[in-house]
Amino acid sequence: MKKSDFLTRTKITALCLLLSTAFIQGCSDDNDDDDKSPRMFSINVTNLTNNQAFSPITSVLHNNSMHLFEVGTSASLAVETLAESGDNSGIINDTTLKSAVSGNGILLPGSNETLMITAEDDNLHLSLLAMLVNTNDGFIALNSVDLKALMQDESMTLHAKVYDAGTEANNEAATDLPGQSGEGFNAARNDRDFIAIHTGIVGIEDGVTGSALNGTYRFDNPGAKIVITRID
Amino acid sequence: MKKLFSSLIACSVLSATPVIAQDLSIKLTNLTNAIYFTPLLVAAHEQNTHLFVEGSAASANLQAMAEGGDISGLASEVMSAASDAIENPAAGLLAPGASTSFDLMTGANNNHLSLAAMLLPTNDGFVGADSIEIPTAAGTYTYYLNAYDAGTEANNEVINGGGAPGTLGIPADPGANAGTNGTGITNTAENSMIHIHRGNIGDSDLTAGESDLTNTVHRWLNPVAQLVITVN
Repeated sequence: MKKSDFLTRTKITALCLLLSTAFIQGCSDDNDDDDKSPRMFSINVTNLTNNQAFSPITSVLHNNSMHLFEVGTSASLAVETLAESGDNSGIINDTTLKSAVSGNGILLPGSNETLMITAEDDNLHLSLLAMLVNTNDGFIALNSVDLKALMQDESMTLHAKVYDAGTEANNEAATDLPGQSGEGFNAARNDRDFIAIHTGIVGIEDGVTGSALNGTYRFDNPGAKIVITRID
Repeated sequence: MKKLFSSLIACSVLSATPVIAQDLSIKLTNLTNAIYFTPLLVAAHEQNTHLFVEGSAASANLQAMAEGGDISGLASEVMSAASDAIENPAAGLLAPGASTSFDLMTGANNNHLSLAAMLLPTNDGFVGADSIEIPTAAGTYTYYLNAYDAGTEANNEVINGGGAPGTLGIPADPGANAGTNGTGITNTAENSMIHIHRGNIGDSDLTAGESDLTNTVHRWLNPVAQLVITVN
């Protein structure tokens, strides 16, 4: 073997080792719960419904032991308020969250909005909610999505189902729908009082007495597309 | 020198994802009650090619597929992007409850799969898959597909033979479950972007009413198709 070849080979082997060491270090960093370096994510939300505007998007980061809601159980006051009126202040002001941001306003069908959210932790979960404003208490949601494995510049695409808070009967009456200038939050719980997948709009065509909603307001799952990208 | 190359190759294998040609067996099943799929277009392509994107406007070729079942333009478009495409594997309509099975050989880099076919009877509804990442390990993988609305035509639910792009109306009901004399559910496409279809509304009057579709027959809930990909 010529000396130059040997040197080149040695250099390449060293480079390979260096690369794989860096890779392994990257992995072990990700598994280190004590790493509090800032993580920044962009959250792009598209409204995939036919004719249901969303209330301002509520996007929060928290640790893995926390859930803003759970299917089959009673909604918190903050989730009830969001689902009935679109008012997300109860969630945004929750001091046990790592970070919370609100969208700029109503997100119309076919439109999308990008929210930036940052927290100094590497063990983060994302939850995201928005009311469908022409429902009594319907909302799209992502419930505690694990972001730990998402590497810098990587994206994941998710779809959100439409849930029913179970706190307000689905009478579809204009007087009770924020999207028809009706009432938003009402502390009375006159439905089954647990969260479930939404049964959908029944509407005028199917003969709901007093419904303000025609078939254009109907929806099927999923209600929204969410693309999460780790920026930093 | 040979050794230097093999060192380089060893190094690149460590860091790069292998990009290989694949032999796929595919089975698609129509899960709906009474909705037919018009000729299918199935394509394997590189990751930046799309037949459609949720929340974006439909291309003219996608519109022709969604309103009239014409996949010729969409097929030419995807073939010109060096994709591997199969047109009309079911040799015509895929009836409710029916399946079609076919093979697809994919070229290197064509590691994403998309699919589209019109839903009949609808105005501009289609079953779609946008860029599923084809698994690299041999095995059988199952996906469930949703019904989309192209956003290009009002869902008036009137069967008048109108299948040309821009012509209002539904071409036909292959299952012959539809009525006549519908006056039209709506004259507006509320969401002009590609979105989740709100579903057919229909009515219970075969000779009058707003819709020519039947409310106990022509509805669906997502998913509308099962896609099984076997990587051989």
